[in-house]
Amino acid sequence: MALLDDIEALNKAFSGFGVDETSILSILGNSNHEHKKSLRQGWSKLFCEDEYGFERFDPSHVKNLKLEFKRFRDAVMLSVLHPWERDARLIEKAIKKGPKHYNIIVEIACSRSSEELLGARKAYHSLFDQSMEEDIAAHVKGSERKLLVALVSAYRYEGPKVHDHVAKCEAEILATAVKNGDRKKPIEEEEVIMILATRSKPHLQEVYQHYHKICGKSITEDLEAHGILKDTVECLCTPETYFTRVLDLGLSVDADEESKKAVTRVIVTRKEALVKDVQNKIEGCLKGFYKDFMLGLIARGEK
Amino acid sequence: MATLNVPAHVPAPSEDAEQLHKAFAGWGTNEQLIIDILAHRNAAQRNVIRKVYGEAYGEDLLTSLDKELSSDFERAVMLFTLEPAERDAYLANEATKKFTSSNWVLMEIACTRSSHELFNVRKAYHARYKKSLEEDVAHHTTGDYRKLLVPLVSAFRYEGDDINQTLAKSEAKILRDKISDKCYNDEEVIRILTTRSKAQLNATLNHYNTSFGNAINKDLKADPNDEFLKMLRATIKCLTVPEKYFEKLLRQAINKLGTDEWALTRVITTRAEVDMVRIKEEYHRRNSVTLEKAIAGDTSGDYERMLLALIGAGDA
Repeated sequence: MALLDDIEALNKAFSGFGVDETSILSILGNSNHEHKKSLRQGWSKLFCEDEYGFERFDPSHVKNLKLEFKRFRDAVMLSVLHPWERDARLIEKAIKKGPKHYNIIVEIACSRSSEELLGARKAYHSLFDQSMEEDIAAHVKGSERKLLVALVSAYRYEGPKVHDHVAKCEAEILATAVKNGDRKKPIEEEEVIMILATRSKPHLQEVYQHYHKICGKSITEDLEAHGILKDTVECLCTPETYFTRVLDLGLSVDADEESKKAVTRVIVTRKEALVKDVQNKIEGCLKGFYKDFMLGLIARGEK
Repeated sequence: MATLNVPAHVPAPSEDAEQLHKAFAGWGTNEQLIIDILAHRNAAQRNVIRKVYGEAYGEDLLTSLDKELSSDFERAVMLFTLEPAERDAYLANEATKKFTSSNWVLMEIACTRSSHELFNVRKAYHARYKKSLEEDVAHHTTGDYRKLLVPLVSAFRYEGDDINQTLAKSEAKILRDKISDKCYNDEEVIRILTTRSKAQLNATLNHYNTSFGNAINKDLKADPNDEFLKMLRATIKCLTVPEKYFEKLLRQAINKLGTDEWALTRVITTRAEVDMVRIKEEYHRRNSVTLEKAIAGDTSGDYERMLLALIGAGDA
């Protein structure tokens, strides 16, 4: 029956990642008053019978639906901004939203080039009348503060020159800090922060290699349980691994809202560095204008 | 305001380069000519001269200077010829080396330069030393000094005049509490000093003074032998009233038995194009002699003439 087909089609259009605007338009755009009434009565997923005798919009679904509708809008807004403003706004939001979002600060501070990070700091002055590090220092409490302030303050050397014996010493320092992890958290170890926040990325790669030789495991494995410290280490030298992980998490079936938001953020900000098979994953998961927009960004691939 | 005296009609850079080359020629060196030119050109002009000299004679002007000049005079000329960002990078790097190490120089550079100037120093540092400034400072300092200096050199302070008075009040209280508890290296103290804008800091310190009866630096004098406290006081001074800091530095450099030429050279070459006028006023006010007289009394020869030229003393 046409009504059941419509309901099924609308269910599909309204569920998942983004919404299928075209289907919605063709069905609801052509619905008259009677048809909509029938839809509501038959659409048990979104409407339930209220004790006062009308078909009420299920409140838990309203919220989710709003988020899905917003996805396209947010993606467009994010992508239109200058990269510096974009990064500054993302960081400011992350600071205000609290500890669960600090990984975004790490993500930006560690995966951008030195000049890009400087640009974001300049944009921060202009947008928020404060410096980025001052805002972070004032709002982040606890052991993450030192690391985050240091990471956003970095202006890393970008050349290839590496000091091998220093790298070896620093790998040993990191190994010791990890080993003593149950007595003192590595994130509170000043030396660890200094190394990760001031050394150049090529140098850090040398450090990681030495670490592997010393400990038999990669440093990311050893820091698995250490939250943003692990993210730091990963973003600095193997950003692709980090971003792939974030995307996979966001595109999985039971992803929560924050993970889904991360998908937009990662695609918009890193489109030129994404792995090839992301496109297939997106084809399967995303919907509507949101999907088209993301695919378009990836296809173009430049900043 | 700068004391650098640039003549109304400046010769073409190629002419200057040629004159300098002539000054090096032969047995001796015409030091006066070097002073006449280099001590009377601004940073942009010196840059062009350096470039033109290099193209014309196949050698960096600084290399020629190094060959021809010596000791304090050479250091003064060399430092002054460098572009400000390069100069600060050079001084900072020197300050991290074992025998010339000085946390004070690092603090001075980090606190008295504007945010953009400090960033240019960091850029210049990359180019010259193939490392980042913060990594070198982190590597060569320890303990409380490192806790203070790394964030100081990494800061990119907001440069606007916007002040949040409520924040200033609350942070003044935080500082007061920490100082009363003698927690001078406390994270909050470091945070406030190393991240807040200079305008905001000024507001905070004014509140401190009004609310607690003493200027913060007075309260920080609790232990006269504590070196770290000295550095904290100097940091605050540099961030808020740099000309007073530099006046003191000059006074100490000159009054010291002998003279601290490195401090003297550094202050004069780095501030001649910035705020030397105010520093001179402050010096005169504090010491009842002019800076010119003090320098003339304490130094001699080409070195003296170079310094005097840079502080705009009559005709050099």
